[in-house]
Amino acid sequence: MRHIISILMENEAGALSRVAGLFSARAYNIESLTVAPTEDDSLSRMTLVTRGSDEIIEQITKQLNKLIDVVKVLDLSDNGPIIEREYMLIKVKAEGNLREETKRLADIFRANIIDVTDCSYVIEMAGNADKLNAFIDSVGNEHIVEVVRSGALGMARGAKGIL
Amino acid sequence: MELSGAEIVVQALKDEGVKHVFGYPGGAVLHIYDAIFQQEDVQHILVRHEQGATHAADGYARATGKPGVALVTSGPGATNAVTGIATAFMDSIPMVVITGQVPKPFIGSDAFQEVDTVGITRPCVKHNFLVESLDTLAETIKKAFYIATTGRPGPVVVDIPKDITDPNIKIDYQYPEKISMRSYNPVVKGHLGQIKRAIDLIMKAERPVVYTGGGVVQADAEKELTQLVQMLNLPITNTLMGLGAYPASDKQFLGMLGMHGTYEANMAMHETDVLIAIGARFDDRVTGHIEKFCPNAKIIHIDIDPASISKNVRVDIPIVGNVKLVLKDFLRVLNEKADKSLDISGWWQQIDKWRSIDCLKYDTQSEIIKPQFAVETLHKVTNGDAYITSDVGQHQMFAAQFYPFDKSRRWINSGGLGTMGFGLPAAMGVKMAFPDAEVACVTGEASIQMCIQELATCKQYDLPVKVILLNNGYMGMVRQWQEFFYDGRYSNSYVDALPDFVKLTESFGHVGMKVEKPGDLEGAMKEAFSMKDRVVFMDVIVDPTENVYPMIQAGKGHHEMQLSPDSEMI
Repeated sequence: MRHIISILMENEAGALSRVAGLFSARAYNIESLTVAPTEDDSLSRMTLVTRGSDEIIEQITKQLNKLIDVVKVLDLSDNGPIIEREYMLIKVKAEGNLREETKRLADIFRANIIDVTDCSYVIEMAGNADKLNAFIDSVGNEHIVEVVRSGALGMARGAKGIL
Repeated sequence: MELSGAEIVVQALKDEGVKHVFGYPGGAVLHIYDAIFQQEDVQHILVRHEQGATHAADGYARATGKPGVALVTSGPGATNAVTGIATAFMDSIPMVVITGQVPKPFIGSDAFQEVDTVGITRPCVKHNFLVESLDTLAETIKKAFYIATTGRPGPVVVDIPKDITDPNIKIDYQYPEKISMRSYNPVVKGHLGQIKRAIDLIMKAERPVVYTGGGVVQADAEKELTQLVQMLNLPITNTLMGLGAYPASDKQFLGMLGMHGTYEANMAMHETDVLIAIGARFDDRVTGHIEKFCPNAKIIHIDIDPASISKNVRVDIPIVGNVKLVLKDFLRVLNEKADKSLDISGWWQQIDKWRSIDCLKYDTQSEIIKPQFAVETLHKVTNGDAYITSDVGQHQMFAAQFYPFDKSRRWINSGGLGTMGFGLPAAMGVKMAFPDAEVACVTGEASIQMCIQELATCKQYDLPVKVILLNNGYMGMVRQWQEFFYDGRYSNSYVDALPDFVKLTESFGHVGMKVEKPGDLEGAMKEAFSMKDRVVFMDVIVDPTENVYPMIQAGKGHHEMQLSPDSEMI
């Protein structure tokens, strides 16, 4: 099953490689991993998307907790409703009647065109992974120049914070 | 007090109570070596290879329970130390390894003797640090010792760029008395509710077995374990790492379990209805085929490391905590109970039946020295009271099977990583800690050659360990597997062109002996151990065809042991 795991870590050099190294050493799967500082600049927050059986996910959270620099691990998928968002920039071909068509598609998906040339658009959009995938499919591979995605971010709904 | 970085390193070691550092100098640590030269509180032991430094520090730690300390230079110094660091990591041994690094401005420039030590060691340390400024040096060393020795112990590497140890830059030094880290708070006390549930389960058991590992040794919980096991008259088996935590000569001890464990221990594991696992991690060499492991048992697991719980085997009652404290709580709760009797006499009868097979019997009439006989003789000559280190292979298994350890921390071997070359330097570390104790390294002719250069260290520092070489001319365990699983195609397991070990030993300034007849062995060994102040290297020529039994082959369960060359699987 797919799990979104939030990790708060000391914002130290090498923190990311400790997590990445753990996943490769123990042959766990990483679907996406994002990392950035938080409002407290001594902490970094990672959001990690992985897949595995309940046993594997239990080991993953235990092994993450075991890392000395890790302050908090929360398996969001196990803790009630969550908000999941991913950000994407996508550069697409936009010539001839494709220009209007792509613009309409962007509107439907509530995406924004943020760069325009006479033959291309750069479109930004946010949403969960399914929505971004659906947009990519709708545009069609043959019309895509390049794609960059942030990887999923996750946060629990409600008033309670992670710490 | 104003100190340079180099002086801070040495002073911090003093403040940690460190007496011995095993190391090898080089460019990046020269400032530290200069500071070591100018004081006498911390003794430096110059090894002959950095692998030896880490194994010696490791042996010291295993024998004493205190953290071992090694000091090596950057680049090849650090990479040579990696095998020893990984060895300590796999067996959860507290160790602090200080590595020199090229000066900070050179990091990342492929400078002379530069490697990414933090990167290379990351997967085989409990934690590691690159010291980024002189201000944080003392605190980092404090953290290193704190992390290495608390929770589930393990090695910590502190990588120090050379410019940070510059003798001309001094700062005010204060060694932190305490350290607290928001990200690291190991659990120590076990959950009382879980402990009570576990006791209820044990009191209803019909066929209980206690299975304990290195965690009991690490927590110095042998007294509590023995009390618990004897209070309830429970059968107990130890893993390779747990030997000695329960007295092997006691009648409740079933011997070691696992791949080369005893018939009675493995059968008891297969038949048990309540398994009490303490400070053990269900390693594959212990469990046999995981699907066939303890098919009828409810499992209680006490361990300091939450990640060890339900990692390989799903357990029913997990108890996370320091084994010593958890067992104290067990005893306290049990003592409050009016009825502590457990009627398992039928279970003991069954166990005695398995025992009567005498699975460790071997040919005692042999004209050639049997390796089992050599270990038994060692046990006799040392009154069962020596510190025994070993390398890895058949000799290691024979030592584990035939030297019954009655005390904790007497059996010192590389269980998890299985590192050949461990035994001799580890013995040096033990001897450094306990100069008056008998220390013997049981080894093979293949393993001993991996760190044989340390015989020079033994000479320089007057470390009169005894080396008991069970010389069968082969990498015995490799040969055994090739015999069993590769139709006797002995690919590269015959150690041709062996040195003359007697002459080799003598050239290091020690005493060498060669023994070839069973009748000569005891006398020779007595003579060796009577030379209290000499290293004696005994080249004992043993039967090259002997194999280690019982054996659980890959894919088999505890009840499917092979007991002898002729026997079918049982």
